[in-house]
Amino acid sequence: MAEVVAWVLVVAIAAYACAGGTDYGAGFWDLLAGGAERGKPVRRLIDHAMAPVWEVNNVWLIFVVVVMWTGFPTVFQAVFEAMWLPLALAVVGTVLRGAGFALRKPARRLARRRIAGVTFAVASLITPFFFGTVLGGIASGRVAVGTPASADAWANPTSLLTGLLAVAATAFLGAVFLWCDARRFGADDLLDYFRLRALLAFGAVVVLALVGLPVTRDDARYVWEGLSGGLGLAAVILSAVCGVATVLLLVRRIHRWSRWTAVGSVALTVGAWGLAQRPYMLPTSLTVTEAAGAAHTLRWLGIVTLVAIVLVGPALVLLFRLDNLGDLEGLGDTDTRAAPAPGDDL
Amino acid sequence: MLSTMIQAADPPSQLLPARELMAFTLGSHILLVPFGVALPAITLLMHYRGLRRNDPVALTLARRWSAVMAVQFAVGVVTGTVLSFELGLLWPGMMGRWGDVFGLGFGVEAWAFFLEAVLIAIYLYGWRRLKPWTHFWLGAPLPLAALMGAFGIIAANSWMNTPQGFKLDAEGNPVDVDVRQAIFTPMFGPQYWHFVVAMFMTAGFVVGGIYAVGWLRGRRDRYHRLGFTLPFTVAALLTPVQFVVGDSTARAVFHKQPVKFAATELVWKTDTHVPEYLFGRLNEDGTIAGGIKIPQLDSILAGFKPSTQVTGLTSVPASDRPTAVQATIAHWAFDIMVTVGSLLILLALWYAWAWLRHRDLPRSRWFFRCAALAGGACLLTVECGWITTEVGRQPWIVYNHMRVSEAVTDTRAGSLWVMFGFVVVVYVAVFGAFLMTVLKMRTRWRIADESPGSPGALSPEADSPYGPRGERETSGAADTRGGTSGGVS
Repeated sequence: MAEVVAWVLVVAIAAYACAGGTDYGAGFWDLLAGGAERGKPVRRLIDHAMAPVWEVNNVWLIFVVVVMWTGFPTVFQAVFEAMWLPLALAVVGTVLRGAGFALRKPARRLARRRIAGVTFAVASLITPFFFGTVLGGIASGRVAVGTPASADAWANPTSLLTGLLAVAATAFLGAVFLWCDARRFGADDLLDYFRLRALLAFGAVVVLALVGLPVTRDDARYVWEGLSGGLGLAAVILSAVCGVATVLLLVRRIHRWSRWTAVGSVALTVGAWGLAQRPYMLPTSLTVTEAAGAAHTLRWLGIVTLVAIVLVGPALVLLFRLDNLGDLEGLGDTDTRAAPAPGDDL
Repeated sequence: MLSTMIQAADPPSQLLPARELMAFTLGSHILLVPFGVALPAITLLMHYRGLRRNDPVALTLARRWSAVMAVQFAVGVVTGTVLSFELGLLWPGMMGRWGDVFGLGFGVEAWAFFLEAVLIAIYLYGWRRLKPWTHFWLGAPLPLAALMGAFGIIAANSWMNTPQGFKLDAEGNPVDVDVRQAIFTPMFGPQYWHFVVAMFMTAGFVVGGIYAVGWLRGRRDRYHRLGFTLPFTVAALLTPVQFVVGDSTARAVFHKQPVKFAATELVWKTDTHVPEYLFGRLNEDGTIAGGIKIPQLDSILAGFKPSTQVTGLTSVPASDRPTAVQATIAHWAFDIMVTVGSLLILLALWYAWAWLRHRDLPRSRWFFRCAALAGGACLLTVECGWITTEVGRQPWIVYNHMRVSEAVTDTRAGSLWVMFGFVVVVYVAVFGAFLMTVLKMRTRWRIADESPGSPGALSPEADSPYGPRGERETSGAADTRGGTSGGVS
């Protein structure tokens, strides 16, 4: 059962990396969209595309944390003690990201919108970076039960590289999704804009991955070997295939399936990491079996997860379906009958 | 302040900043919780009324509340995420040892919250393009998801108050975990109902109070009447219910957490014929300074007769009970909560009396002044209720099984203080911006209401940049909306 719950955890992390990652990527492009006038169409598209779904995407993070402390309490304790600073910064980042995004839209003054927007965009960069450093620290075996908090746990070559890779991956996902959204909402002028950026981000991912090969070879020995052989390698290859497929779809301007292949490449990378770490939860000091919480609880966690899949699954499908059909849109000023107030300049 | 604890065991220096940080973030988040739990339900009631009676005023209210909810829910989501991280960042000792015993409640909460987030997204963003009744029914399960989420959180908190569902092995580690026992602990039922009713009351009184202010300022139109009546009625109906539920919760604490009860009632020695103190301060030597003493009343309230024996603080060693200062804090929080609750009953009675006599809102301005204050008072009692249960449990994080000082992180106090300062700045900015945004929305709505025909002043492009299904809109936003919500507006 511990194995199953461990995989639930990996799947949840992958889901957060893809769903939350897309939103962080949108924030990344928001940051680089340029001044208020030039970046206006880009930001409008980002607002429009992200608004209905980003909170749901964020819930995956809470689910990851909950499954971790219920299923593997000792791992949870070890990670949160050793990775204190990056996790604290990441969570403050999620607050700023979410609040900045939510408060930007109702703002009707350029100055306020700017502050909220910058907060949202910068936090979208910081948060995935720090989450990435945490994963890198775990993968390189820097966390064991009882490890005190230290800079080395997260400020090491593998961690920094994973952090940058996380940012690049979110930028890639964000650009691919926005490329599709631009078509969905008929923002034709932004199609090539995001197509180019998706390709650039993919290039960044490839470069970082190549840089990572020699760097992590000795630094994260166990995971490196797991990724370069067996099932781990298979997942890496599949992920690469998905990535290349996305590039081909981008080059040939085929929107269909492009989001799926992009998500596939990121999810499979997370999956490959999970496979490479087996049987360890914290390489190479704590296995999944050793880390597992009470058997009775794990069984119930499995049941709760099943019930949730039955309840939440259809709801999620419905949400994304409605969103895809363009049926979801924020209330505008005419809906709530609002008039401009003195000082409004937008 | 912490003198008794220092005698017991050197409290680690990071304990204070960790507690302050937790208290600050939880105390901030809890102000949004009533709206997360109960505002969707109240909005759905208004929405139903609008659709059923074809009432444009009710629909405008429901839409505007949705617009506020969109921002409020977002801030609630992110501040809630912080709390789940803080359990690991600040109290790793608790999660490491007890995570698998009481974590499942959080598991239920996470999924329920997932469902709530999905449903609220569909509801908040479905106003424009979904068919009116389809839209309503997709939102209808929202209150259930919210109640389920509250179930998970309260299950976890009540377990900390009355932990069970495990045995301890020789080293003191929990074994033989029984999940059902760990979720349905003795304090779960009383805490859950007390909490849920409090959330609905608070949301109702706050929303009603906003329109009471408008009423006092002379805006006595149907919009303000309806905006006041519906949420205020919900809250007023629940006020007497809460009185009974709250009373039985206090008695459950008396039976299940006698030392916490002793702290909230300032009972020093175990005794019968115990007097009740309204406010007052507990001294280190057990005497009580100030306050109003009512003989026998505490025993009567606890067991319905003066001869009821009430456990005192001194029944356990000083190291196992709240300090005098902590007891005083819990006592004041409890008394403020009870006082406000009692005053709200009077307000509800006033409302009922006016309704019975002339089927109308009370005419007195004083009623509306009190109603305007009721929301803030309710938020205060939410804070007080939380302080009572948390401070009253000290020095335990898991009652009688783990001290707060055993659970705290090893991170240096200095780092924690820096983080605390940083978080305060971030929260003040976020909550300030949130409040400003909502006030700004209100101003815009008022301007529109006071100058009929003005909404057209906005460019439709800014309002609705994109059409459905990727078709670029050329004819302006109003046409599309007129088509989908036909007959409604």
